[in-house]
Amino acid sequence: MNPFDYEQATDVAHAVGAVTRNPGAVFLAGGTNLVDHLKLGVSDPELLVDVSRLPLDEVRELPDGVRVGAAVRNSDLAAHPLIRRRFPVLAQALLAGASGQLRNLATTGGNLMQRTRCPYFQDVTTPCNKRRPGAGCSAIGGHHRDAAILGTSQHCVATHPSDMAVAMAALDGVVRVQGDGGERGIPVAEFHRLPGDEPQRDTVLRHGELITAVDLPGTASRSVYRKVRERASYAFALVSVAAVVEVEDGVVREARIALGGVAHKPWRATQAEDALRGAVVGEQVFRDAAEAELAAAAPLAGNAFKVPMARNTLVAALRQLTGGQR
Amino acid sequence: MEITWTVDGELFVLAVEPRVTVLDALREYLGVNSVKKGCDHGQCGACTALVDGRRVLTCLSLAVQCDGAEITTAAGLGERPVARAFVEHDGFQCGYCTPGQVCSAVGMLDEAARGWPSHVTEDVAADVDGLSDDEIRERMSGNLCRCGAYVNIVAAIREVAERASRAGEGAR
Ligand SMILES: Cc1cc2nc3c(=O)[nH]c(=O)nc-3n(C[C@H](O)[C@H](O)[C@H](O)COP(=O)(O)OP(=O)(O)OC[C@H]3O[C@@H](n4cnc5c(N)ncnc54)[C@H](O)[C@@H]3O)c2cc1C
Ligand code: SF4
Ligand code: FES
Ligand code: FES
Repeated sequence: MNPFDYEQATDVAHAVGAVTRNPGAVFLAGGTNLVDHLKLGVSDPELLVDVSRLPLDEVRELPDGVRVGAAVRNSDLAAHPLIRRRFPVLAQALLAGASGQLRNLATTGGNLMQRTRCPYFQDVTTPCNKRRPGAGCSAIGGHHRDAAILGTSQHCVATHPSDMAVAMAALDGVVRVQGDGGERGIPVAEFHRLPGDEPQRDTVLRHGELITAVDLPGTASRSVYRKVRERASYAFALVSVAAVVEVEDGVVREARIALGGVAHKPWRATQAEDALRGAVVGEQVFRDAAEAELAAAAPLAGNAFKVPMARNTLVAALRQLTGGQR
Repeated sequence: MEITWTVDGELFVLAVEPRVTVLDALREYLGVNSVKKGCDHGQCGACTALVDGRRVLTCLSLAVQCDGAEITTAAGLGERPVARAFVEHDGFQCGYCTPGQVCSAVGMLDEAARGWPSHVTEDVAADVDGLSDDEIRERMSGNLCRCGAYVNIVAAIREVAERASRAGEGAR
């Protein structure tokens, strides 16, 4: 680990200013991803601006929704009564991620900003376009069992690892960010980027912009998160599904779905949503919706299994949410 | 930078540079060896300690971030029911993972007592009432044991949880 300076942010403006002014500065929250990257040499900042003690640690009811502060710990968020009651999909997604000790440190802002777990990205001795633009991608011709099947480019096939963000994408969450010039809101589904020819840029955030909160509109009591992984616990998703479905008289009135583990970002499954809206609940409808979404999948040899896995996981989630409703 | 910690009830003032982790500061600067370094990357749980009452990984926490913290390691839990139950149930073999397991168990029992759900909780909206073996395993899954002492660890934690619920209070 190279030496760096450390500064405790006194307020939001101070944090934004300190990082905006210094191209070598980064925010530090729970540290569970950043400190790991400092040790691995993946990240080599000049200055860490600690935002974990900013007063952004509240979960608060809005007139139509809930605001989650950026410094709220993943464990506190998953345990919060408002979240458990109104957005079970989010509580489930958080609880499916990492471990109790990690969730006690990890924050909402840091979780959104965590970087890919692609093994080559984390191994500085191997070429990786995300770490060093132009170096080449080791995963495409190498180990890519965990890689993306949707929205990939010839420059990068990495997935975004967050479970929480997948649930927030299905919930139409909006990321609130504060920059030097003011505040803006970015839908979670548009917050992360596809790799294209700039895989080094994970999100649309500009240097120095600080996530202050995520707003979750409405209520989604009929919602579920399903995660498929190599072992029952403490592992990243191979494939995951966050689904919010409303059914009336056996007809799907509204469906909001996001997939995890399949793309460079939480993948909002708009094709499947369109196929479901207005359809009569049933197994074939679910399969057709899933097929519609995955028609664009372009897997590599080592992760082709993810296509049927994503289809089956989506169908299972829909079945679970609509069971006993016909 | 100068920081102040209370570790297992003892007050320390120490000078650390920003890149020192809580784990390294405890072991190398203060000689507190009851926290273990396993993977050093957040993947094994050996370095688990209670910081301001919550179980966290000390290998991914920077010491400067925890100025003013109250830190409890397994050494500070020696007389607690959880530690005793580990001994009674033979919940360790080489003992390397044990300090982290004990701290994690104390933290996890406290989380459950506050009604926090886990990944295996059937209904996340409902309060947690008692801990099944599945709940204990899931909640302890951030602690890996190379020796495979899991069966006895679960038995130890189950006993403490049951005793606490019989007493109707946190007998941890
Ligand atoms: C062994 C292991 C297993 C894991 N398993 C899972 C899993 O299954 N599912 C899952 O989703 N996650 C998993 N994680 C990842 C974990 O959830 C993330 O590391 C964590 O959420 C990051 O949050 P943090 O607060 O610690 O961020 P930090 O490490 O402090 O920061 C991460 C990044 O976010 C930036 N940042 C932090 N806060 C802000 C802000 N407010 N505004 C702008 N930028 C900010 C930082 O600059 C940094 O680049 C795992 C981690 C480990 C180590
Ligand atoms: S998939 Fe992306 S992150 Fe992985 S090696 Fe290729 S460029 Fe790097
Ligand atoms: S040493 Fe901290 S988790 Fe392994
Ligand atoms: S008892 Fe040896 S590692 Fe767990």
